[in-house]
Amino acid sequence: MMTNLTLLILVPLLAAVAVAFCRNGEQAKWTAFIGSLCQLLLSGAMAFAYFAERKAGNTAQMLFTERHSWFSSLNIEYYVGVDGISVAMILLTAFVVFTGVLISWNVQTLSREFFFLLMLLGAGAYGFFISLDLFTLFFFLEVAVIPKFLLIAIWGSGKKEYSAMKLVLMLMAGSALVLIGMLSLYYYSDDGNGNRTFDMLKLAYQNIPLEVQLFAFPLMFTGFGIFTAMFPFHTWAPDGHSSAPTAASMFLAGISMKLGGYGCLRAATYLMPEAAQEYSWIIVLLATIAIIYGSFATLMQKDLKYINAYSSVSHCGFVLLGIGMLTKTAITGAVMQMVSHGVMTALFFGAIGMIYERTHTRQVEQLGGLLKTIPFLSTVYIIAGLCSLGLPGFSGFVAEMTVFMGSWQRPDTFNRICTILACASIVVTAVYILRAIGQAVMGPITNEHYSHLKDATWNERLASAALILAILAIGLAPFWLNNLITPDAQIIMENVARGGLIE
Amino acid sequence: MGSEVFILMKSEWALMGIIFLLLFLKVTETIKDNTALFRLTNVLLLLNFVFGFFCNSKGELFSGMYITNDVLVLEKNILNFGTLLISLLSCEWTKTHKNLAEFYILLLSTLLGMFYMLSANHFLMFYLGLELSTIPLAALANFDQDKVKSSEAAVKMALSSAFASGVTLFGISMVYGSMGTLNFAEVPELLNWGPLQIMAFLFLFAGFAFKLSAVPFHLWTADVYEGSPVPVTAYLSVISKGAMVFVLLNVLYNVFRGYEGIWFQVLFITIIVTIIVGNLFALRQENIKRFLAFSSIAQVGYILLGICSGNAGGAAATLYFIIVYIFSNLGAFTVVALVSAKTGKENINDYRGFYASNPALGWVMALSLFSLAGVPPTAGFFGKMFLVTAGASTGSYILVSIAALNMVVSLYYYLRVVKAMFVEKSDAPIEKLSFGMAPKVAMAICVIGIVTIGFAGCLLEYITNLFQ
Repeated sequence: MMTNLTLLILVPLLAAVAVAFCRNGEQAKWTAFIGSLCQLLLSGAMAFAYFAERKAGNTAQMLFTERHSWFSSLNIEYYVGVDGISVAMILLTAFVVFTGVLISWNVQTLSREFFFLLMLLGAGAYGFFISLDLFTLFFFLEVAVIPKFLLIAIWGSGKKEYSAMKLVLMLMAGSALVLIGMLSLYYYSDDGNGNRTFDMLKLAYQNIPLEVQLFAFPLMFTGFGIFTAMFPFHTWAPDGHSSAPTAASMFLAGISMKLGGYGCLRAATYLMPEAAQEYSWIIVLLATIAIIYGSFATLMQKDLKYINAYSSVSHCGFVLLGIGMLTKTAITGAVMQMVSHGVMTALFFGAIGMIYERTHTRQVEQLGGLLKTIPFLSTVYIIAGLCSLGLPGFSGFVAEMTVFMGSWQRPDTFNRICTILACASIVVTAVYILRAIGQAVMGPITNEHYSHLKDATWNERLASAALILAILAIGLAPFWLNNLITPDAQIIMENVARGGLIE
Repeated sequence: MGSEVFILMKSEWALMGIIFLLLFLKVTETIKDNTALFRLTNVLLLLNFVFGFFCNSKGELFSGMYITNDVLVLEKNILNFGTLLISLLSCEWTKTHKNLAEFYILLLSTLLGMFYMLSANHFLMFYLGLELSTIPLAALANFDQDKVKSSEAAVKMALSSAFASGVTLFGISMVYGSMGTLNFAEVPELLNWGPLQIMAFLFLFAGFAFKLSAVPFHLWTADVYEGSPVPVTAYLSVISKGAMVFVLLNVLYNVFRGYEGIWFQVLFITIIVTIIVGNLFALRQENIKRFLAFSSIAQVGYILLGICSGNAGGAAATLYFIIVYIFSNLGAFTVVALVSAKTGKENINDYRGFYASNPALGWVMALSLFSLAGVPPTAGFFGKMFLVTAGASTGSYILVSIAALNMVVSLYYYLRVVKAMFVEKSDAPIEKLSFGMAPKVAMAICVIGIVTIGFAGCLLEYITNLFQ
C-alpha cells in the first residue's frame, strides 16, 4: 500500500476533484487540508518503507517500481520508481504543499479554484519526482503550466499579469529546449530489442555518440536550468515570486525551482555523462555568477519578497554549482541544498506572506518593530533568515557546507577560484539578511497601526512549526538525509566517471 | 457489381439518404418548426455516426476509381463525428434562421463530397469530390444573409476556391499529359523525375495548400472565417481541413511516394513559414474568429510536420492529432458560437470578465485553448508531442526546434484569451448565458475528449496498426 507510488499522484488529484465539487470556500479549504495531510502521511510512510527496504538489504537502484505501457507504438511507458534523491524531493513537496494550504487559510476570492489549482500543482510535482521515463517526466514538468499561470494572474499582487505571463513563457521555453534534447536522445536510443526508448535507466547506459550529447546536453541543461533560475535565465524568478500569492510563491521557490535542479541532475547529467564533463566548467562559471550576482542584486532590494526572490537565485546557484562540480560529495550537497532551500524558502515566503497580510506592505523601510507586536511571526522570519545565511544548526549550513567540501575536491585553479568566490558570497548574504531583519523586525515600532496587529493563528503556527521542524531535522541531524542521498549520488557519479575524463 | 455498390459505399449512401430525406421534408413542408427539424437531424447524424462503425468492408468500385479500406472508414467516422458536434454546437444559431433544412442539406453535401474525395483512387473522382465539397461551402459562408461580411466571405471563398481548383486541375492535366493515366495505382510506377511531372506535383500541392490554408496560400482564411457564421467557421477549420489532410496524406504517401525527396523539401519550407506566419499574425488579432483562424493556420504547420516524416508513425500521429484537434477546436467554437448567437460579441476584449459570469463556459474555453496550445494534461499535448516526435524522425533539428519554440509563442496568444476571461475586469461583461441541451452535450463531449484521450494509449496504437 505504502509502496504504491501511483497513489502519490492519485491522492492530490482526488483532492483536487473533491475540492472542485465543494459547495463553498470553507469546505474547499478543509478538503484541501485533509488532502494535503493525506499526502504528507503518505509521503512519510513511503519514506519509512524506503528506509526499511534499504535496511533489509535491497540494493536495486530504484525501489517500488511500477511500469505500464502507455503508447506502445512509440515505446512510451508510465514508469515510476524512487531512489533516495526522489524520496527526499517527495518529502519536500509534501511539506510545502501541506504548509501552503495552511497558510492560504484566508483566501477569500474564488477559494475553490485556488485550492483546486494548488492540488493540481502538487500532483504535477509528485509525478515529476517519481518518473523514470523521460516522456512521463516531461509530461509532469509541463502539467504545472496552467495552475502556475492562473494562480499568479488571478490571486497575485503587483504587476501580476506581466509576471505570470513572463514566468509561464520562460518556463515553457525551458520545456521546449528540454523537448528538443529529449527527442535527440530518443532517436539514438535502443532498448535492446531494436526499439527506441524513453526509459532513463536504459538511456543512461546507451553510449550515445559524443556529438549528439554535445548538442543535447546544453539544451536539456539550459531547459531545466531556466526552471531553477540559472543565470542569465533567472529573470522570471524575482517577478514571478513577488507577484504570486503566498502559497504559490512557496511552491514556485520551494518545489518548482527544484524540478529544474532535479532535471539537470537526473535527465541531463546522468544521461549524458561525457557532455556533462565537457560542459562542467560552463556550469560552474554560470553558477558562480548566479551566486554572486544574486546576492549583490539582493542587496539592492527594498521589498521583502524581492529580497527572498533574488536570494533564491543565489541559493539555487549552489545547487547548480554542486551539480557542475561532478564529485560525489558536491552532488550530495546539491540535493541537500535543494531540500534545504525548498523548506527554508517556503518558510521565508510563508512568513513574509503572513506579515504582509497584517501590515499590507512589504517595503522594508515602512516596516519596523514587528518583534514587539507579532513576536511569533517575527521569530519565524528571523529563523528563516538565519537558515538562509547558513547559521550552523540549521539546514542551510549543512547543505552549503557539503557543496563547498565537494567543490574543493576539484583541485584545478579554475574550480578552486569559483569555490572561493561562492563561499565569499555568504558574507553578502549575511549583510542583506541581517539588514532586513534589523530594519523590518527589530527596532522601534514605526507605524502606530502596527501596534494592534494580531499574532499568528493556529494554522499559521502549525505551518511554521512544521517547516521549522524540517529545517532543524536536517540541520541538527543531517546524517539521515546524507545517507538517503549519497548512494544515489554515487550511482550518478559512477556513470559520469564512465566518460573517463575525471579521475 | 450488384450489392457491392451498397456495401462498399455505405457511408455515402447513408449521407445521401439523410440529404434526400431533408430535401423531401423541405419540399413537402412537413416540418415547419426549427426545433423539431434540429432534433430530427441530430438524431439522424448520430445514427449515421454509429452506423459508421458497423458493416465495414474493403474493396473497390467502378474499375478502381473508388476504394475503401480500414483507414478510410476511420477517417470518415472522424468526419461524421466532427459534423455531429458542429451540428450540436450550432443549436442556438439555428434558432434564428429560417432555412435550416437548406443549411443541413448544404452541410451534408460538402461532407458527401469529402467522402468521395477520400475514397477516390483516381484523379477525376478526386476532383469531383473536391468540387462537391467546395461549392456548397461558399453558399454556407453566406448563410447569415443579412450581414455584409457574410456575403463578402462567400465571394472570397468562391473566388479563392475556384482559383485553387483551377490550379489543382492544371496539375491533374499535367499528370495526365506526362503519364497518360489518372489512376492513383498506376502513377507510382510512371514517376520518372521528368520536369513536367515535377511541375504537376507542385501544382497539385499548391492546390492542397490553398485548401489547407498553409502559408503562402492562406490569405483567404482570416476574412472567410471572420465573415462566415460560427458553425460554418468551425466546419471550415476542422472538418474541411481534416478531410484535406487525409487526402494529402494519401496522395503523398501512396501516389507520389517516389518523389519523397521533393515533397520533403517543399513541406520543409511550408512548415516553417506556416508555423511562424500563423503564430505572428495570431498574436495581434482582436476578433476571436480571426484569432482562431490564424491559430488554425499555425496548427496546419504542425500537422504537416507529422506528414513530412513520411513513415507510418507520422501518418498515425497526423490522424491522432486531427481527432484531438476536433475536440479542442470545437470546444472553443462551442463557446464562441454561444456567445456570438446570444450577444453578437466576437471580440477578444468582449470576453473580459467572462469567467465571473459564466464559470463553466470559461473552463471549457480555457481547457480547449490549453489543448490547442499543447499544454498537458490536455489531449493537445499528446497530439503535438507525437507530431513533433514524428517530425524529429526526419533528423531535421531545424524543424523540431522551430516547432518546439513556436509552441511558446502560441502559448502567449492562447493565454491572452484566458487572461481576458479569468483576470481582466470589464464594465460591460457578457451576462450569464442560458442555453439548451445540445451545446451542453457538445461541450461535455469535448471536455471528456480533451481530458481523457491522452490517457487512452490504445487509440494511437489502433491507428498505428492501421497504417502498418
